[in-house]
Amino acid sequence: MRRMTTLLATSALAVTASATFAQEMADSMTLVSWGGAYQASQRNAYAEPYKEMHPGLEVVWDESSNEAVAKLRAMNEAGNVTWDLVDVVASDAMRLCDEGLAMEYDPDELLAPAPDGTPASEDFGDLIVSDCFIPQIVYSTTFGYRTDMVGDTPPDDICDVFDLEAYPGKRSLEKRPINNMEWALLCSGVAKEDIYDVLETEEGQNQAFAKLDTIKDQVIWWSAGADTPQLLADGEVVMGSTYNGRLFSVIEEQDQPVAMLWDAQVFDLDGWIIPAGLPADRLARVKDFVKFATDTQRLADQAAYISYGPARQSSAPLVGEHAELGIDMAPHMPTDPDNAQNTFLYNYEWWADYRDDLDAKFQAWLAKG
Amino acid sequence: MSDASTSMSDASTAGPMLAADGTPLKRSLRKALRREKMRALMLIAPLLFFILLTFIAPIADMLFRSVENQIVSNTLPRTVIALDDWDGQEEPGEKVYQALYFDLFVAAEAKEHTKLGTRLNYEETGISSLFRTTGRRSDDIGEAYQDVFEDVDPRFKEAGFWYDMMTAGGGEPDTALMSERLGTMNRLIADLASGDIGFAPAAEISALLPKTAEAYTDFAIFTALADGDVVAEEDPWEAVYAALGVDLANAETRDAVQVYEGPGADALRAAAAAADQLPAGGFKSAFLDVDEDWASQGVWETIKTYSASYTPGYFLNSVDLELSADGISPRDEDQQIYILLFKRTIFMSLTIMFSCILLGYPIAWLLANLPVRTSNLLLILVLLPFWTSLLVRTSAWKVLLQQQGVINDILVWSGIVDDANRLVMINNQFGTIVAMTHILLPFMILPLYSVMQTIPPSYLRAAKSLGATNWTAFWRVYFPQSVPGIGAGSILVFILSIGYYITPELVGGTTGTFISNRIAYHISSSLNWGLAAALGSILLAAVLILYWAYDKIVGIDNVKLG
Repeated sequence: MRRMTTLLATSALAVTASATFAQEMADSMTLVSWGGAYQASQRNAYAEPYKEMHPGLEVVWDESSNEAVAKLRAMNEAGNVTWDLVDVVASDAMRLCDEGLAMEYDPDELLAPAPDGTPASEDFGDLIVSDCFIPQIVYSTTFGYRTDMVGDTPPDDICDVFDLEAYPGKRSLEKRPINNMEWALLCSGVAKEDIYDVLETEEGQNQAFAKLDTIKDQVIWWSAGADTPQLLADGEVVMGSTYNGRLFSVIEEQDQPVAMLWDAQVFDLDGWIIPAGLPADRLARVKDFVKFATDTQRLADQAAYISYGPARQSSAPLVGEHAELGIDMAPHMPTDPDNAQNTFLYNYEWWADYRDDLDAKFQAWLAKG
Repeated sequence: MSDASTSMSDASTAGPMLAADGTPLKRSLRKALRREKMRALMLIAPLLFFILLTFIAPIADMLFRSVENQIVSNTLPRTVIALDDWDGQEEPGEKVYQALYFDLFVAAEAKEHTKLGTRLNYEETGISSLFRTTGRRSDDIGEAYQDVFEDVDPRFKEAGFWYDMMTAGGGEPDTALMSERLGTMNRLIADLASGDIGFAPAAEISALLPKTAEAYTDFAIFTALADGDVVAEEDPWEAVYAALGVDLANAETRDAVQVYEGPGADALRAAAAAADQLPAGGFKSAFLDVDEDWASQGVWETIKTYSASYTPGYFLNSVDLELSADGISPRDEDQQIYILLFKRTIFMSLTIMFSCILLGYPIAWLLANLPVRTSNLLLILVLLPFWTSLLVRTSAWKVLLQQQGVINDILVWSGIVDDANRLVMINNQFGTIVAMTHILLPFMILPLYSVMQTIPPSYLRAAKSLGATNWTAFWRVYFPQSVPGIGAGSILVFILSIGYYITPELVGGTTGTFISNRIAYHISSSLNWGLAAALGSILLAAVLILYWAYDKIVGIDNVKLG
């Protein structure tokens, strides 16, 4: 069976290889992203300008980032990877790198230096969390609340989420342990720097579940990023967690009575990976595109379409106004000093280890009603 | 005619019946039948082949993953053998750590160690990062040996010097070692190229320095086939130096080196003399330096328990049991979830099926019995939602059922429900059942409708003219004839609902999700395809058993789609 698929795959590969052998750079590329406003921001900020520079290039978009890891693994097993560049969150990039499905790269060779000559590895700094990960943006998972349902004292502390007396009503939280466990521990008195040490222990996990138990029957669990904005807009929940860009769109673009609660927002990263084992011509094309799409100006341009912070330090001063609304984007960035007074950075290594175990416990805890 | 009748009358008395061409009639008939069958088979062959290749084979391949576990013995072949002797009482001995080092080094070069880390992390939390960090540091462990040898004789830095030494200047090759290492490497790297390696270890050197020859052969195979480089021009791996250190730690080897005459003999003698400068403490302490978890009993027990090529582990996990060093035991109570979900899936699918019968039967009856113009309009009303996107229909139910939704608003406005106590109708079992009943209803109505259309209305009139009441006429005459439609609809609805996951995920909250949601999670998020395959196999078996039971009780011949 496996031999048969390999055979089929090799012949398929041989056919494509001989077909495209002649050119140096492929004249089409398939980009994988999340769809929606985020993909639109990438299209406007990098793909369209790049296409103008290279007429005749065909750019195909695939909205599969949600299942990118599974699909890339399946493509790899079948020996026919049709994607050229894949947008994933950092934890998925790490897993793809672990599985040998993503290409390792040298930042200073692949990526453009900052305008002042700072090499890319320094400009991106710590955000290159995996040898395969090319960072694009910093986003955060944080809370939004209905301004008309919280009375005169709007919530300004993450623990207000757990305070049913001061803020009665439903909350929406993501249907997974990541972030929720950290917030629960933080609000049951664990210091920020001790969170993961505590969460490693059985008692620490029970402590987090006990805290979540206090609001369990008032929680609507979401699994799609669009859920919380809809629940907030309909007044189903008084507050809920989601990605900050989604909340920006509810507040500024749809003009709903919603405000941000930035306290204890959890930073996460999103970026590109190049699938391992691309044929030379496609790889050459992708490298050329990535160098362009992750330079200082392009990352800053993206912020005109969506409120996610550019991953380069050198891009921050170039962030301007929203392309349509004309409002200043800097105060809406999760990285803005006013918003980032108390933050977390997603602990990738820790969650890579504990994700399976804690998820099993979390789902069992949820299912038992 | 007369011939045939003679042979026919003869048959009972003398020999077998013969066909016109003289062969026995039985054989000739069989031949004709076989030809017929072959012809029929040839006709369906393209479809059969297509289904086998695109449907049966991928499913079989996926289900096979539920027991497949070769990754452990393929990635750590020497360690698995060394662990056979481990009694599981204390930490394993130096021999195991040594085997682990050479296995892990090759695996790290091939970037296969992190895959194994991910696999074992499903069983024991923390192994993922343990393998990742150790793989990253596996160079350092060998470098300690490399530095010593290169200080003794700078020629140890040269690629060409190593190549000459390991081929003994073109001596008799050790083909057995070569083919064994090549086999191991092929199991480790699935898509390893084939071709000329341009190196063969000399039999003389593999007898003198067995570990070194083994490590260098691994290096040569990997360099030539995976990297596509020339072996004689590449600097050997750090692991080769470590292997030389292991060989020279043996006093007999040191003696044998003194009388060795091949290329590099003088450098080997100098290295043997420096054996006391090699890192003390061996590989065990080197591993514990990298991460103290390598002393953990749990890590080694997990590797040993899952070292077999096939494992029942995934199936045990999917029924809330686990495989450990002491055999099979129930999982921790706070991780038990799958049995609950299986029961819930069956229960909710049955509920949805019965709701579909209750709602679908009268509609199908109307469709079959109203005048054509009205019934066509009604049929369009049934089909219209059937053609609408699944997501749109599910979202519509959200708008209707949520607490600030249409139904609650109407109830509050009409005063039936107090504003403070709005009904909770979504994000629970109720929501899933309502939304899925609506979505699957056409699958019940359509088979029912087509069966009811074939029931002549005159039967009911005849029953009534013979004095039956409306109810008796329906129950004794009409209903039994519509049972095949109920059967077909029920099977369709039940099997579809048992595998649904989008709708339960969106409107099911915590109490309305199915086992299929977990399968989807393990396929696309946790990447634990083995567990997903085991859960899927169980679900498939459950459906087949229910189908078999249905066949026994109702009879599958009684199912009609029209």
